[in-house]
Amino acid sequence: MATTTVARGKAAAGSTKAKRKAPFPVEFYRSALGKKYVMAITGIMLMGFVFAHMVGNLKMYLGAEDFNHYGEFLRELIVPILPRTVALWLLRLGLIGAFGLHIHSAYSLTRMNHAARTVKYQSKRDYIAANFASRTMRWTGVIFGLFLIWHLFDLSWTGTGATYVRGEAYQNVDHSLSRFPVAGLYIVANLALGIHLFHGAWSLFQSMGWNNPRFNAMRRNFAAGFAAIIVIGNVSFPIAVLAGIVGN
Amino acid sequence: MNELNLTLKIWRQAGPDAPGSFDTIAAPGINDEMSFLEMLDVVNERLINEGKEAVVFDHDCREGICGTCSLMINGQAHGPQKGTATCQLHMRKFHDGQEIVIEPWRATAFPIVKDLMVDRSAFDRIVESGGYITAETGGASDANLTPIPKPVADAAMDAAACIGCGACVAACPNSAANLFTAAKVGHLNLLPQGQAERFSRVEAMVDTMEEFFGSCTNHGECQEACPKEISIDFIALMNKDYLKSKFKNRKTLSRG
Repeated sequence: MATTTVARGKAAAGSTKAKRKAPFPVEFYRSALGKKYVMAITGIMLMGFVFAHMVGNLKMYLGAEDFNHYGEFLRELIVPILPRTVALWLLRLGLIGAFGLHIHSAYSLTRMNHAARTVKYQSKRDYIAANFASRTMRWTGVIFGLFLIWHLFDLSWTGTGATYVRGEAYQNVDHSLSRFPVAGLYIVANLALGIHLFHGAWSLFQSMGWNNPRFNAMRRNFAAGFAAIIVIGNVSFPIAVLAGIVGN
Repeated sequence: MNELNLTLKIWRQAGPDAPGSFDTIAAPGINDEMSFLEMLDVVNERLINEGKEAVVFDHDCREGICGTCSLMINGQAHGPQKGTATCQLHMRKFHDGQEIVIEPWRATAFPIVKDLMVDRSAFDRIVESGGYITAETGGASDANLTPIPKPVADAAMDAAACIGCGACVAACPNSAANLFTAAKVGHLNLLPQGQAERFSRVEAMVDTMEEFFGSCTNHGECQEACPKEISIDFIALMNKDYLKSKFKNRKTLSRG
């Protein structure tokens, strides 16, 4: 039998019974592959949100009444079954959970990756396949995350300087985005999101094990198309406000 | 035949814990029909004749099938030619007067032994944990006794082409060994002979891999560097089987 005793982490701990198995989802999340699944699943949830958010905001092209009516509708989602705003809060909790897991898995995988190469290459690397999007995921994610906090202050919580009236969504958008630097910030943040999605919406197929020669060629097109739709939709809002198409 | 006059910047490091640095070595009069390793042989002979220490680098079969040679050449694992190990890379791919930077694989799991030589035994740990099948003993069974569809055999063969050189880890911005592990897992998991351990294999090999290496972010850099051009499709297959293993193994009652 094996006589070599190589000490290496848990495998050499010599205890098969001692470690109590954690519940399946926790056990799964402990592995890097499991974290990638979580990253992909939460990514899909966030993609769904970002798409619905963009489509919902297109209502601003129909005018103040439609836009504000849509905002009110969200609070009254499934109202006869659930009390007012409950459905919205359930969605929000799901979203917050998805964000939390997406960020935590990214953070711990990044830590793992840095530990896997403590001494970097001392000469210049020549990347062949890794593109700008895939190599800047951490940065585009962080940039967009910071923007998101600002965005919540700007249009949900307190407003950021411009006249802010709670509930008057159309007016608030108009007032906030009429400011040039703010419009610029929205455009930059959405470009970062687009770059993030260009890699993420492709990468999730690999992480989820969705690989089939029948549709493999379409995965990149899907990611590029999805990123383009989100960026074009979202960037159109600040431009429309500045151009006077949206607003009073 | 052309002669090349090259400038080599080679990583020199006396031992695993010694500090290393680039050493600039002039390599004039290199025959462009030499392989990259033959070029290094010539350089080493000259160094020895000058009473200097030869550059240590890994090499063995020199026909692209053993996976011993390595080298990061101008920032690319196994150099600029796609689907080629360093031993099969020829000097005609370089031009006269070029500066060539040669670095060892860099990964925490691949500590440098000396100069350009690294210890890749972390790969052995991964293979030990699940890279085997259960087979009946006794006389060798007839060939073709187990029917295997041609496309399946082809896919398994594509995975089995992995020579374990470590270029995937070296090229990966995260030092992930997912392509290596996926090739070893996929090669056995695709075939009927590998089904008995299919799910325990993927679980064990992935868990061992994660003790040493980084995680995959789907850059696709590994399949570009791979001298055997193994596809990242196998990584997706491994991910799929890993998830299944978590469900299936949980149902194994004997596990206690």
